[in-house]
Amino acid sequence: MKFLFHLGQYALLMQKVFSKPEKKRLYFRQLLVELESLGLNSLGIVVVISVFMGAVITIQTGLNLENPFIPLYLIGYGTRDSMILEFSSTIVSLILAGKIGSNIASEIGTMRVTEQIDALEIMGVNSASYLIFPKILAAVISFPFLVIISIFIGIIGGWLGGCVLTDVLSTDAYIVGLRYYFVPYYITYSLIKTTLFAFIITSVSSYYGYYTEGGALEVGRSSTKAVVYSSVLILLFNLILTQLLLA
Amino acid sequence: MIEVKNINKSFNDISVLNDVSICFEEGKTNLIIGQSGSGKTVLLKCIVGLHEIDSGQILYDQNDFSRMNFKERKNIRKQIGMVFQGGALFDSASVEENILFPLNMFSDQSFEEKLERVHFCLKRVNIENASNKFPSELSGGMKKRVAIARAIALNPKYLFCDEPNSGLDPKTSILIDNLIKELTIEYNMTTIINTHDMNSVSEIGDRVIFIYQGNKYWEGSSQQIFKSDNEQLNDFVFASKLYKKIREIY
Ligand SMILES: Nc1ncnc2c1ncn2[C@@H]1O[C@H](COP(=O)(O)OP(=O)(O)O)[C@@H](O)[C@H]1O
Ligand SMILES: [Mg+2]
Repeated sequence: MKFLFHLGQYALLMQKVFSKPEKKRLYFRQLLVELESLGLNSLGIVVVISVFMGAVITIQTGLNLENPFIPLYLIGYGTRDSMILEFSSTIVSLILAGKIGSNIASEIGTMRVTEQIDALEIMGVNSASYLIFPKILAAVISFPFLVIISIFIGIIGGWLGGCVLTDVLSTDAYIVGLRYYFVPYYITYSLIKTTLFAFIITSVSSYYGYYTEGGALEVGRSSTKAVVYSSVLILLFNLILTQLLLA
Repeated sequence: MIEVKNINKSFNDISVLNDVSICFEEGKTNLIIGQSGSGKTVLLKCIVGLHEIDSGQILYDQNDFSRMNFKERKNIRKQIGMVFQGGALFDSASVEENILFPLNMFSDQSFEEKLERVHFCLKRVNIENASNKFPSELSGGMKKRVAIARAIALNPKYLFCDEPNSGLDPKTSILIDNLIKELTIEYNMTTIINTHDMNSVSEIGDRVIFIYQGNKYWEGSSQQIFKSDNEQLNDFVFASKLYKKIREIY
């Protein structure tokens, strides 16, 4: 029952968010601000996570390959496809749900409880659209770039972990693995997933922020809810999209 | 002039406003007083359309606001300035940008003209030198001044203030009250102020409306208020020792 209520309220909010903007110039400025705060400012954390994930995947695959008949270059192949299929899209999105989701929900929630949203409405602004649309658009634009960067950094991290820090395999073998049986469609699949995750994170977090009632305590609660529900939805849609796109 | 006729408002079947009718006059400071939780903020937000009323009418100079569509309401909103309880300044914008905002939304002036207007408004509320500061760097009184400057940026016909001096010291409160009163006369605005501060009543109350548990209990001038025999009103007015003493002197 409660689920249906939230679904309906979410749908109504999205309808408001995607209604035609009146002052396009104001929106464009907001978009630039959000591209910086949601996209550019997430670059650091994405790079750090990707390096470590790539390194760990490579080392662990190496440790688990005890059979001498399996060629070592398959480790490079494994790292590449793990990054593309799952880590750079789903895991990075989950981490960004934590960072961006809480950030959005607390920002919009604070604006709600301090009546800044009321002030916008009084000035004739469609507050839902003005606050939320630039965030969704900025995330949908910047996440695919973050994923591509994450894939590359992860592969470099794999090389650092497997060939430089330890000697699980040689650089030559790693490179052979990276070039082995490449399916370009996996990249498409990964980008489609990420775009949807970007939408989920920003819209769900905005939803919880926008309907915050009360004070500072409730803002904190909304931000927790935003992270929990966007993470759960990411996992759910990861399963659904994998069935639809790969199976 | 704003007329409120028989409005009702409830949240989740709990009634907050009961059949409230009030007439707010032009060029006057109309004060809505009442205990915390009596429904003052809800009443104000109903009048400006931030809450939809359940029934009744809200007339802005004879135009029925409650039956207008979004576009028609926007025309009225152009003429409304509102000062929210905590100021509601946009945290991520400087003082100057805060006041530019309504101008960007509604006015077709050039950027220079808008900027000139911003500085005129800042000067009017005596904080010219704060224009590049951010809300987090301002004191409570300064925030209220900026909020007032933002509210008058578009030369409004109607000014709404929700507890404009809550959280301020007595001296700053009086300065803010008098600023609002001066602006009301200067621009001949219909001004509606929510307050629970009896000082404001005696200082600037042209017309006073007393709300008790969502009902209008009393209405009159700030002189009459000390002589009323309404029990709930007296409870409210003479809650402090100071005002009890004043009654004895009267
Ligand atoms: N959005 C809301 N949802 C439910 N109840 C509300 C809402 N806003 C206000 N109320 C209730 O309405 C009553 C009046 O509140 P309010 O107008 O804020 O009082 P005040 O006179 O202090 O400004 C309170 O009991 C409050 O709990
Ligand atoms: Mg209030």
